[in-house]
Amino acid sequence: MLDRPSSFLFLSLSLTFLVCLSLCGLSNAQEASVSTLSVLTPPPAPVTGVVAYDTADDAGGSITLKWNLSPDDAKGAANLMEYRVLRAESPGGPFKLVKSVPKGTAGADDTKDVKSGIPYYYVVIAAGASNETRSEIVGPIVSSAQVLNLGRLNTLILTAIFIGMLLFFIVRARRGKDLFIRRISGLDALDEAVGRATEMGRPILYVPGLSTLADVATIASINILSGVARKVAEYETRLIMPNFDPVVMTVAQEVVREGYMAAGKPDAYREQDVFYVTSDQFAYVAAVDGIMVRDRPATNLYMGMFFAESLILAETGAMTGAIQIAGTDAVAQLPFFIAACDYTLIGEELYAASAYLSRAPLLLGSLKSQDWMKIIVAFCIVLGVVALFFGQPFFREIFETPLLFFK
Amino acid sequence: MSLELFGTWLAALLTLCMFSFLYKDNPFYRFAEHLFVGISAGYWLCYEFWNTVKPNLIDNLNKIDSLHKDNLRYLLPLFLGLFMLARLFPKVGWLSRWPIAFMVGSGAGLMIITYLQSNFLEQIKSSLVPLDPAGQAWYVMLDNLLLFVGVVSGLVYFFFSKAHTGVTGGVARIGVVFLMVSFGASFGYTVMARVSLLIGRMYFLMHDWLGVI
Repeated sequence: MLDRPSSFLFLSLSLTFLVCLSLCGLSNAQEASVSTLSVLTPPPAPVTGVVAYDTADDAGGSITLKWNLSPDDAKGAANLMEYRVLRAESPGGPFKLVKSVPKGTAGADDTKDVKSGIPYYYVVIAAGASNETRSEIVGPIVSSAQVLNLGRLNTLILTAIFIGMLLFFIVRARRGKDLFIRRISGLDALDEAVGRATEMGRPILYVPGLSTLADVATIASINILSGVARKVAEYETRLIMPNFDPVVMTVAQEVVREGYMAAGKPDAYREQDVFYVTSDQFAYVAAVDGIMVRDRPATNLYMGMFFAESLILAETGAMTGAIQIAGTDAVAQLPFFIAACDYTLIGEELYAASAYLSRAPLLLGSLKSQDWMKIIVAFCIVLGVVALFFGQPFFREIFETPLLFFK
Repeated sequence: MSLELFGTWLAALLTLCMFSFLYKDNPFYRFAEHLFVGISAGYWLCYEFWNTVKPNLIDNLNKIDSLHKDNLRYLLPLFLGLFMLARLFPKVGWLSRWPIAFMVGSGAGLMIITYLQSNFLEQIKSSLVPLDPAGQAWYVMLDNLLLFVGVVSGLVYFFFSKAHTGVTGGVARIGVVFLMVSFGASFGYTVMARVSLLIGRMYFLMHDWLGVI
């Protein structure tokens, strides 16, 4: 007969032994089950027809692989999980995994540290949950850069046409041919706006947008600034120009100085009026708003690329009673300028403005070539839509896959 | 007072200083404006140095040795950058025109290709829509027709080589109508987004600062 503590100890030990026994049994049963599974689950059938080649129309560093799906993939068998692409620098290996793609994928691009000029060998593995099969080794494949991206042939042809037309019209303009440009009401108002500021003895505020010189809208803005600076210098009105980008400020200082020199008034130029504020969007807006309410410019010109600050600027300017002329190609901001400004140059009108103001042969030629490109666009659209109407999709295909057409 | 609480109070008071501009220009707004401009200018100076100048220029120049001889090319942007600073010295100020010419020229050249690709080819491709009523719902057909008329008339509006009179003027006017309708839709959409920004700021004041909601 055992006393109570001893019987408790005995029971505990027995229980522990039984639990350990049952766990071992379960574990063995699981192992047996997995082992049975791997024996029962056959390996996936290997992929066939593996081809590898240098990726076309690229700058090198990429090899494309294609293969026929494993027959098990087509059947939807559960023993196939994914395909693995392995690469080596010699047929004897060692092969290292460079990419995995899900089942149902019959190809992949290897871009993982591929160096141009080095031969590579590939193996594609059809991998299941517990086993796998390998394809034959393919190679050697060497990656290289192509000089011409044939997928962009359309762009090349269009660029050649555009540059050809550009040169043609510039030469025509330089020879003194009269190149007509229609009236742009926003720019016609510029003289009136500058004159009003002069009469009121107040400055003109010029905001060149919140982008860099890499933006076409900023370049167009700088071209417009050139014409504005000349007019301002003639009227001897003060021009205030707060800048968001330091490089744009540097260019703007040059342009405004040249404008004053062209007007024969270099001494009237004040470099401190063309200044840098900050490159933070809303801090810049806060500063420009402050200038509007303190210096009370009679005319506000917003030309260039604008973002969420457009309405804040234009609304504050409207509150101060200034004449406002805006110009931008930022489609999302145009509605705000149209609502709050007296005149707005919409999109392309901004690019046309510099040619309109200066009548310089270079800019006129550029504008004319853009107009001709628009004629080509309209012609292509009308022709394409008519062709589609009569069930001929060939014209659309030229723009989708140019090589099909040229072949 | 914990640092977090101090930050909330400071942000709330500066927000109110900014909102005071809705009444009129005042010393509180002026204080917040100058603080904002000064701090942001200093921040961006540091940001540009540590995220642009140092990793892209200084680090690459420091690596010049027999293995990294091609890093010598970074001397070109170094000199162009120094030329930009030449503006501070009137006698050699003309040197700053070289980097400016480089930036404007390369920027415009690169953009030509992008513009032709996105604004020209893609525009044409997307505008080639079927107008044949057979095989498509009437509203799809109407949608395609509006797209076609809108694009062509819009192009006529932006044609500068002919005055907007006669047929050209009529088609251009249709183009303007399309533009204004799209601007109206864009206006409404963006105003809604701005209202959500205002709600966010109000929530900060009412919840994070005052704790009344």
